[in-house]
Amino acid sequence: MKFFSAFYKRKIALGGLLFIVLLLLFALFSPYIATFDPQEMNPVDKLRSPDGTYYFGTDNFGRDIFSRVVFGARTSLTGSAGVILFSLSIGVLIGVSSGYFRRIEPYLMRLIDVLMAFPPLLLALVLVSILGRGMGNVIIAVGATYLTRTTRIVYGLTLKLREEPYIEAAISSGVKQKWIILKHILPNMMSPLIVQATFTFAFSLLDMAALDFLGLGIPPSIPSWGNMLSEGRMYLTRAPWLLIFPGACIVLTVLSFNLVGDVLRDRLDPHFRRDIEGV
Amino acid sequence: MIPSLLLASIIVFSFIHLIPGDPAQIMLGDQATPEQVQGLREAMGLDRPLYVQYGRWLSGVVRGDFGTSIFFHQPVLHVILDRAETSVLIAVFSMMLIILVGVPIGILSAVRYNSRLDQLFSGLSMLFASVPTFWLGLNLMLLFSVMLRWLPTSGFPSILESGDWTNLRYLVLPCITLAAPNSALIIRLTRSSMLDVAKADYVKTARAKGLSEGAVNIRHIFRNSLISVVSALGFTFVALMAGTVVTETVFSLPGIGRLVVESVLRRDYPTIQGIILIIAFLYMVINLLVDLSFALLDPRIRYS
Repeated sequence: MKFFSAFYKRKIALGGLLFIVLLLLFALFSPYIATFDPQEMNPVDKLRSPDGTYYFGTDNFGRDIFSRVVFGARTSLTGSAGVILFSLSIGVLIGVSSGYFRRIEPYLMRLIDVLMAFPPLLLALVLVSILGRGMGNVIIAVGATYLTRTTRIVYGLTLKLREEPYIEAAISSGVKQKWIILKHILPNMMSPLIVQATFTFAFSLLDMAALDFLGLGIPPSIPSWGNMLSEGRMYLTRAPWLLIFPGACIVLTVLSFNLVGDVLRDRLDPHFRRDIEGV
Repeated sequence: MIPSLLLASIIVFSFIHLIPGDPAQIMLGDQATPEQVQGLREAMGLDRPLYVQYGRWLSGVVRGDFGTSIFFHQPVLHVILDRAETSVLIAVFSMMLIILVGVPIGILSAVRYNSRLDQLFSGLSMLFASVPTFWLGLNLMLLFSVMLRWLPTSGFPSILESGDWTNLRYLVLPCITLAAPNSALIIRLTRSSMLDVAKADYVKTARAKGLSEGAVNIRHIFRNSLISVVSALGFTFVALMAGTVVTETVFSLPGIGRLVVESVLRRDYPTIQGIILIIAFLYMVINLLVDLSFALLDPRIRYS
């Protein structure tokens, strides 16, 4: 209940939360919400401006923009969720082990520091060029660039947590290391990690859209907001609705996740604010 | 810094060997004859053991020889320097914009904490941090170049070659595009670090001894929060480098960011390796300068 009262106090953040729920519904029920098949080409009705039949207009192949935006929500949310799953699971593994087992720490953290010297988008570009295009590969490429930050945060948290009296108590009462990590360290870093995941969601969505825009992301056959912008770019002056709707969806989604992230941060972990500010 | 650089060079070097299959075959494409593939393999030393290849590559790199671009058939450094003018200008002007816009607005928001003005700037900075760079660029282009016709849409004729400084107008929109999301982050950072410092006891003391509000805000609060602002600039540099990739593509600018995308599409790995290594090196130099500047900003910090 406290969770919702935090949102109630900030009306804009509540709007963000509602938008995310709406997006989730779009993503889950895309085939039922979309008014056309997103791939269906209709040369007679190409580049039609928004009207009663085509809510958001049509593109140069006569495909319905509204339906493509709805299916794009599915692509974008899956992509960002994948990035979080990838970067969080590996980040927690590396971060906790280097924070808890000090012997491997210098090597791993040095490597992470050096990886941070490469601009995330450039790293993702190179990784995609090595792995090839495709949803899974884009998730790995973008996920790898967020891995460094997640690992640093988990590492910092582990260092802080292992000094806590209740961890010492657990060690002195002979609890196995495996259980200390699973039962004491991991649950206690959940809140900051949830906050971090919200921001990762927002920023990885931007990165994946940028990759799509550069023609190095998800294959053009799959409708995604980035791909729609990349294709619509040629019709900037003739059919601005090709750019307005998918672009606005990206902005609103990222904004919503940022707003919700801000509330969660204040709510779940006020002390941790400084450490993730850089994101 | 030297061990970090060596590690960075190993990472960059290993990129090319992570490619599944034969790098020479992939770089030349399917049409290449076996003789051409063998020729490239020998020219790049790909048939030698890995440590020999790395040694040869590294010894070249420290002498400024990053190998030969597969597409341009020219030294990689030459190709990069050819494109450097645009990117350096964009980076410098964007950085100036970010500092000139981000820091004062951040200070103002913190000083007028929770006022209407603060809420407006907080909202705006949140919005601009959420806008994809390329979408912002396209919208600015539509408004200022296509509809109002104030500024050119794309391209950038070299100033070094033509000597015509009015060509800078080609860079106005790209710089604004690039600066907007990054200024938003600097606004948020300046504001939050100033609010943190404002809680300190010495700020209370300064107010108690009757200093004017302006002196407290600038000399006590801002000076002490400057460290986190300056250290964010290192991060901003990385964000700018990533941003140029997208911005230069939107505005069809002949810069290093565009070169990266083209090289990735052409599988010109020596060029990609060169650019990434140079950027990582610059990032480390900037971070070193940032660390050294701390001693200037805060006399309590000394490096002996």
